[in-house]
Amino acid sequence: MRDTARASPRQPPEAEGPGPAAALAPVPATEPPTVPGGRPARARSLLRRCWPPALIILAGLGLWELIVALAHVPAYLLPAPSAIAADMAADWPVLEPALQVTLEEVLLGFAIAAAAGVGLAVLLHLSPIARRAVYPLLIGSQTVPIIVLAPILVILLGYGLAPKLVIVALICFFPIVVNGIDGLRSVDPELIRMMRTLDASRWAILRRVEFPAALPSIFSGLRIAATFAAIGAVFGEWSGSNQGLGYVMLAATPNLLTARIFAAIVLLTAIALLLFGVVSLLERIFVPWAFRGERERSDPR
Amino acid sequence: MSSGTGARADAPAIELADVTKSFGGLTALAGISLSLGQRARTGIVGPSGCGKTTLLQIIAGLLEADSGLVRVGDATTARQRLARCALMPQRDLLLPWRTALDNAVIALENRGVSRAAARERTQPLFEQLGLAGFERAQPGQLSGGMRQRVSFLRTLMADKDVLLLDEPFGALDSITRAQLQEWLSQAMDTVPRTVLLVTHDVDEALLLCQHVVVFAARPGRVVRVLPGGGGFRGSRREIVTSPEFASLKEQALAAIGS
Repeated sequence: MRDTARASPRQPPEAEGPGPAAALAPVPATEPPTVPGGRPARARSLLRRCWPPALIILAGLGLWELIVALAHVPAYLLPAPSAIAADMAADWPVLEPALQVTLEEVLLGFAIAAAAGVGLAVLLHLSPIARRAVYPLLIGSQTVPIIVLAPILVILLGYGLAPKLVIVALICFFPIVVNGIDGLRSVDPELIRMMRTLDASRWAILRRVEFPAALPSIFSGLRIAATFAAIGAVFGEWSGSNQGLGYVMLAATPNLLTARIFAAIVLLTAIALLLFGVVSLLERIFVPWAFRGERERSDPR
Repeated sequence: MSSGTGARADAPAIELADVTKSFGGLTALAGISLSLGQRARTGIVGPSGCGKTTLLQIIAGLLEADSGLVRVGDATTARQRLARCALMPQRDLLLPWRTALDNAVIALENRGVSRAAARERTQPLFEQLGLAGFERAQPGQLSGGMRQRVSFLRTLMADKDVLLLDEPFGALDSITRAQLQEWLSQAMDTVPRTVLLVTHDVDEALLLCQHVVVFAARPGRVVRVLPGGGGFRGSRREIVTSPEFASLKEQALAAIGS
């Protein structure tokens, strides 16, 4: 699953400005051209992108409901979507505190991984010696299935929040670091030469050129990590806990409360989607130029 | 700041003596000697592969020569030269996360000037160079010619004695290039600097520069130094079509062909 960690950064198009010369030369003090695609257009495109997957999900749920009803599948084997929804409502007093616990683990663990991952990426980028020393270890550490560390961490850190944060952070950390380093390294060397002739210090180059240029890549890593975070929290809870959605699932299994397990899965999925959505939103806010480039590219020529 | 070299007024702004540079077994520059006066505009023309860009990078202090003397003002080491020269690359290399004006101010920010102060200092030149109204435009919204203007202004705002222009209009279509040549000629009158312009366009070099150095390739070397038309009066069209210009161009083309 970690092979997906190497998403390519979306670079804005370079040095291919719109050509026509007609708009040039004696420049009148006109308004700068406005950005295409205002808010209504964006809402419409969101709708356009959303309805096909929504349709598939609805069709799948309908089919599921139908099969369960027609084949008389017992609820402890496979509850129908409607039964899961009903259970979620009925079990909300159990599920809600569990959701809060797991959500906290996921968000905090992810935040730790994001800070540590981006920090280490910058550090390894700035120091070639550190990179040569640490990078192979970083790759090597990924051959240890982090999930098997969960019981050990429980022994070390107890049943509380700490071991869950460590597991979530360990799982999320790697794609963030690797994408961060790749992003920082892929900056056009000519850009750095230019900055050097413009009196830029190493710090100024990092801050004004390398880091912004690496942001799309860093966000790719964050988005991948966002999808892993909930998995980490559940494994942490399975290894030893008395609360959280993972614990709810574990406790429901011997009692054959299958609908409750499914309800917990739905909530875990919701957490992952929420985190993914938040990261994507932050990317839109902090890396607007990458999306401008995308829009220009998709314009008909 | 712009005359902080401490050099005598008659000392050359850039002096090269027997500069050589090779990459692996390939000799990029074989004994280049040149002397450029203060505030002079010098063009270098030559075929591709004649080491023009390498020479600019050596003068700018981005590369070290294998042997020979490189002096910019009183600076001889690469590090000192880097502080004296600003290099305008062929591609505009505008940062897409900055507006046009904020791209132009980056050298000031690198020197510790706050962004607000840097904008204030850059604004008048931004307008003088025909960019008024585009301060807040994103680079992606600008035409190729406008981007090159912003790129030139960014180089200018570094406030260096020496501007090294590496085929600044090489990527533009010929009509835009002609407009920008005229524009650059005026810009350099407005803000005089020692300029070294590398180009493969003979017209461009003759039009903008007082001296034109013709390079040959493999190994890169100086073939001839010719007078340019940089001092000619009149519009670009009048100059380019004048018999004097035609005669200069004839000599230059002959030197390149030799």
